[in-house]
Amino acid sequence: MPHIKVPEGVPGIRSLVMFRPETGKPLYELAQILLRGKSSLSEAERELIAAYVSARNNCMFCMSSHAAASRCLYGDEMDVVDDVLNDMQHSKASDKMKALLNIAGKVQILGKEVKPEDVAAARATGATDKEIHDAVLIAATFSMFNRYVDGLASFTPTDPAVYEEMGKRMTEKGYVLPPPAK
Amino acid sequence: MPHINLGNDLPGMRGLMAFSPATAEPMNLLAEILLRSNDGLTPTERELIGTHVSYLNDCFFCQHAHAAIACHYLNSDKELVDDVRENPAAANISNKLKALLNIAALVQNGGKYVTPEAVAKAKQEGATDKDIHDTVLIAAMFCMANRYVDGLGAITPTDLSTYPPRAKQVAENGYGNHIFSAKQPTAQ
Repeated sequence: MPHIKVPEGVPGIRSLVMFRPETGKPLYELAQILLRGKSSLSEAERELIAAYVSARNNCMFCMSSHAAASRCLYGDEMDVVDDVLNDMQHSKASDKMKALLNIAGKVQILGKEVKPEDVAAARATGATDKEIHDAVLIAATFSMFNRYVDGLASFTPTDPAVYEEMGKRMTEKGYVLPPPAK
Repeated sequence: MPHINLGNDLPGMRGLMAFSPATAEPMNLLAEILLRSNDGLTPTERELIGTHVSYLNDCFFCQHAHAAIACHYLNSDKELVDDVRENPAAANISNKLKALLNIAALVQNGGKYVTPEAVAKAKQEGATDKDIHDTVLIAAMFCMANRYVDGLGAITPTDLSTYPPRAKQVAENGYGNHIFSAKQPTAQ
């Protein structure tokens, strides 16, 4: 049960931004820019970074929903999502994605864990400064979202079909603030 | 030295925001609402929560930047700010703020560490649902900001006398893209 009185039956972050739309607006705007804005990383890749960090933070809601969005965006190549979530280093993700996911994993632990070697390894695979920046900020942002969602014990559906639908909506509509709670 | 070429030499978060103004905008908007609202929690209490979480995350820039802002609001009561930053349980603050700082510290560990007991304690001390919401989100926001700043190796001034002028600027003008686009304040 959620720690505070949020709209009943509404899952995850959606229930929280309906409780407090003033903070919900910039939160959704940040997600939209980071995951859907102009970038040389694909939307599928950015959703995968989000899902990977959420898995490491043990946030079931964020992991399931962003993994579903990433699968939907990868289409025929959706296998890579579960492959990365199971064992990133031995997955079939590109070397560049692995290097960026490695940085994201370090950020998930703490900012200082990112070492010059991690950044150099990413550069060696062709990652640009903007891509490294985005990987760090996506990982940092999900270290916030995961804590927000679980820190208030928001409702976490367990039916995979619910997340598949959610992933489709996130793919088609992006991050749109729901109407505030009555 | 920052891990990427930021194209500027601004300290901490400011340098990152100047590199990426598009993401800076919602981040500043979020900070403005969460840290400057006077609804329930005061701006001072909000900054103290951010300061304590940044201390727990060992982020030098953020803990000193936000300690300086709290200090500005508290008419330079640096001793109180230092007490809260490092050990809120023993600080001379209300039981309500202590209970909320305890929740913030649990969030810093991870969302699932927040227990119904910790929330019940805060409610018992008079915290509303909105106070608890804002505390959790402030703590979560600093877990983002601290990781962003240190994860990219942002420039971190070690001279603590450079922090109060920037704190004064934020206290007077709020959070917004002006913190990296306007002339940087320096000591008189």
